[in-house]
Amino acid sequence: MNDDTATPEAADAGNELGRRGFLKLAVGAVGACYAAAIGYPVYKYLASPAEAAAAMSAVKEVSLKDADRIPAGTALMFKFGTRPAMLIHHADNTWVAFDAVCTHLGCTVQFDPAKGHISCACHGGEYDPTTGRNIGGPPPRPLRSFVVKVETGAVLVSRA
Amino acid sequence: MNNRPTSFYAWMDTRLGLSDVLAFAKKKTVPQHRHSFWYYWGGISLFLFLLQAVTGILLLVYYRPGPEAYESVRQITYQIQFGWLVRSAHSWSGNLMLVAIFVHMFSVFFMKAYRTPREFGWWTGLALLLLTMVFGFSGYLLPMNELAFFATKVGLEIPGSLPLIGESISNLVRGGPEVSEYTVQRFFALHVVVLPALFIPLLGLHLWLVQKHGNAVPPSEEAKPAAARRTVPFFPNFVMKDLAMWLIALNVLAVLAAMFPWDLGNQADLLKPAPAGIHPEWYFMSSFQVLKLFGAWFPGAVGEGAGIVLFTLGLVLWFLLPLYDSSSASGQRARRATWFGFLALGVLLVTTIWGYANL
Repeated sequence: MNDDTATPEAADAGNELGRRGFLKLAVGAVGACYAAAIGYPVYKYLASPAEAAAAMSAVKEVSLKDADRIPAGTALMFKFGTRPAMLIHHADNTWVAFDAVCTHLGCTVQFDPAKGHISCACHGGEYDPTTGRNIGGPPPRPLRSFVVKVETGAVLVSRA
Repeated sequence: MNNRPTSFYAWMDTRLGLSDVLAFAKKKTVPQHRHSFWYYWGGISLFLFLLQAVTGILLLVYYRPGPEAYESVRQITYQIQFGWLVRSAHSWSGNLMLVAIFVHMFSVFFMKAYRTPREFGWWTGLALLLLTMVFGFSGYLLPMNELAFFATKVGLEIPGSLPLIGESISNLVRGGPEVSEYTVQRFFALHVVVLPALFIPLLGLHLWLVQKHGNAVPPSEEAKPAAARRTVPFFPNFVMKDLAMWLIALNVLAVLAAMFPWDLGNQADLLKPAPAGIHPEWYFMSSFQVLKLFGAWFPGAVGEGAGIVLFTLGLVLWFLLPLYDSSSASGQRARRATWFGFLALGVLLVTTIWGYANL
């Protein structure tokens, strides 16, 4: 690569420019090494919490202790990895769990048993509380749903 | 390839006047003589200050003052990737900055660069040194480990020993009768807001004065006829050499910070006795030893009072130097001022070494 850049200049104006070109390249290369040696630690330093969170959100299953006792017709907010999620115990004794982040612009949604849907206060998004399907307002996609397994003393929530 | 950068430069130049700055920098010269080496130390101090700012801002991203101070520094040191390195670089560059400022100050002293019209250069420089020491003292507490706790405790006993107002000054600085989370919180405010707000404008004035009056030459150079004095252009010659010195400083810092990572120590505990061999940082060692000696020579608070008075008097004399060093003002060698400089340097070195030997 040195030769490629140095040769045309050397041909143009003799040895002097070739040497100068080489020097410029060498200074540039050393400068790039310094920039990398400083930039990499600084990047890793600043990215540390994001990387730790990525490791945390790699969880496959969450066990919610005593969640089997929440009354029918109510919801329980919990963390799946680092994200908010929602476990709903419906009045007909069915159980569902959804990612509680609105697919529109990321606000946390809430279960509204009176109106019979999941709603987002930010921009009026609405979801079906049994399937997570987007049924009103701006959300473009349904809420991601989890697999729910109710046991005595705990509810297991896992990725679908 | 040739056209676009030129026209971009021309576009910027028309709007920002870059050529004027460049023409000025090329016209400006720096004296060249056998003591020129000492001209780089102000620049090195400046570079280390810039590193302090950068690494300080990085630490600010994770540091939490108050009751969680130690825990947050523990996280920075052991959990955040390269956090140990950022912290180590901040501590080491702070220490190196003080070394560079001391070298700069004594070189200015022995080159008699404080003479008319450069008095304010001397005064702003001394003020910057004192602020740097307060930076050091306040930053030292922030990890809230045992050493920091006792260093701050002892340091604040010194104003506390002043008659009448001493105790209330100490309590005000501490935020209570003991070094606590309140102390950390206010030292943090001092360290990252108050001190930079004072330091940066003062540094601006200091640099402006250097630009305004140019580099001073020592009397030995002044004695030479004008034709025998040599100079180099500020740009690019001096700037390149300056940058080379910065690069050396950066490499020294990188080796120290990576090879000798700054220790975290144990969390401060009010009920734990002071660890054996505890001592202040090297830049307070001299005053520490003087106070210790005076305490041994005179009974009770008299010794400490005498030590404080002596140190303050020395500092005032040092500060007022440009006003009474009249023989060198008229271009003579001013032996008396030189001896005063050697005395000051000698006292600092001897008491510092004595302090370390006594540990």
